[in-house]
Amino acid sequence: MVATALQGIDSQRVVYDEVLAARRPWSHVVERGQVLRIVDLGGNQAVDFLVYNADDYSERYSAPDTIRLQGNIFLTTGSRLYSNDGGVLMTIVGDSVGRHDTSGGACSCESNSVRFGLDKKYQHACVENFLAALSRYGMGKRDLVSNINFFMNVPVSRDGTLEIVDGISEPGSTVDLRAEMNALVVISNCPQMNNPCNGYNPTPIRLVIWAPPPPDPCR
Amino acid sequence: MVVTADDGIDPGLITWAETVPGGAYWSRKIKRGATLRIVDLEGGQGVSLLCYNADNPIERYNAADTVKIQFGIFLGVGKVLYSDMGRVLFSITGETTGGAFDTLGGASNPAGSTQKYGEGDWRDTRSNFINALAKHDLGKKDIMPNLNLFARVAVEEDGGLTFQERSKAGSTVDLRAEMNVLVVISNTPHVLHPSPTYQPTPVRVVVWNSPPPTSGDPCRTGCPEAVRGFENTDALFV
Repeated sequence: MVATALQGIDSQRVVYDEVLAARRPWSHVVERGQVLRIVDLGGNQAVDFLVYNADDYSERYSAPDTIRLQGNIFLTTGSRLYSNDGGVLMTIVGDSVGRHDTSGGACSCESNSVRFGLDKKYQHACVENFLAALSRYGMGKRDLVSNINFFMNVPVSRDGTLEIVDGISEPGSTVDLRAEMNALVVISNCPQMNNPCNGYNPTPIRLVIWAPPPPDPCR
Repeated sequence: MVVTADDGIDPGLITWAETVPGGAYWSRKIKRGATLRIVDLEGGQGVSLLCYNADNPIERYNAADTVKIQFGIFLGVGKVLYSDMGRVLFSITGETTGGAFDTLGGASNPAGSTQKYGEGDWRDTRSNFINALAKHDLGKKDIMPNLNLFARVAVEEDGGLTFQERSKAGSTVDLRAEMNVLVVISNTPHVLHPSPTYQPTPVRVVVWNSPPPTSGDPCRTGCPEAVRGFENTDALFV
């Protein structure tokens, strides 16, 4: 199932390649021009994703601007991830799934207590992962904004009904993101196990970063 | 058309009433138990809203939790605005717009306003938020995805957005504070309002000491998620 994970990538250009265990946080600067591939190794795993301008953290992903400027609540190939300052942080240059969510946000201990029962407050949650990762960069709760959920299926009907339903990603599904500026990417490999977003079973993901080919010396 | 903003409110209970001009921002702390009514006096182009726990503004409105916990992007009577701490900031205890709430579209900004209206001294939502928040020692980091009142944005089957005109002159929204709430509104046109002309109109804001919720209050008892949200909220005050 991992055989396709590096499909289409020149292995000489890979600068990072790691497997991130289920439930874990991750962060890394993807330099302008580099491409990050997220591979859903087990299928149906939600990958909660935040991105900041690595040179100015006050510029960060804006879900409403991204939704509005694209005129669509789903992300797929060609979608740009807009910042709160109107910049483009990353562009989705490849996607084997077809749609990703940017309206459902992240699970937290507190929202788990409301959604699933007060006793669920002590389960691990994406916001805990985000806070742990952000603390390494001197950021905290004020720096959390609504995030992207790669591989997560959150349809909204015309009457406004919103549901988190079974994922549509399969083992080996990928999404490729090209950094349009130096981008600090923060990921929570979602631990949620109370609803279908992870098929009730969080699984690992693979993260691959590769660099663009150097400019043609003849040009 | 002149609308009586305090329809149905005992004048003795009103603690604040003010007309906010088109294009302006307004901010105030609303005490737990008091209700903020916003009246769209002339049927305008939208009002954008942010809100925070006034006693600890690191706790703020969370658009994603609000739609996810209540399984819907349109709000209405009986729905609540959740904070990012599993608590309730405001309950929607009354509204006459037929569900004109937008939880996805976000805020206008200077570049977008120039693109839409041409060169000019337009007031936009993001700039208004920054100025209003600065006066409470808050800033850019505290601007979260906001709620838009008197505007409705539907999602089509393919995920596309459609602006739906809903609000009429005299439409009202009543928000009961469930904790001490710092509220910020920007009375600026909705970022997806189709009019190419900048025409914000005044809104009326009225704050009154509304009756305490009854045991069968629909906002508090509508679903198990609401009950748990209020359990978390009430714990702040015991």
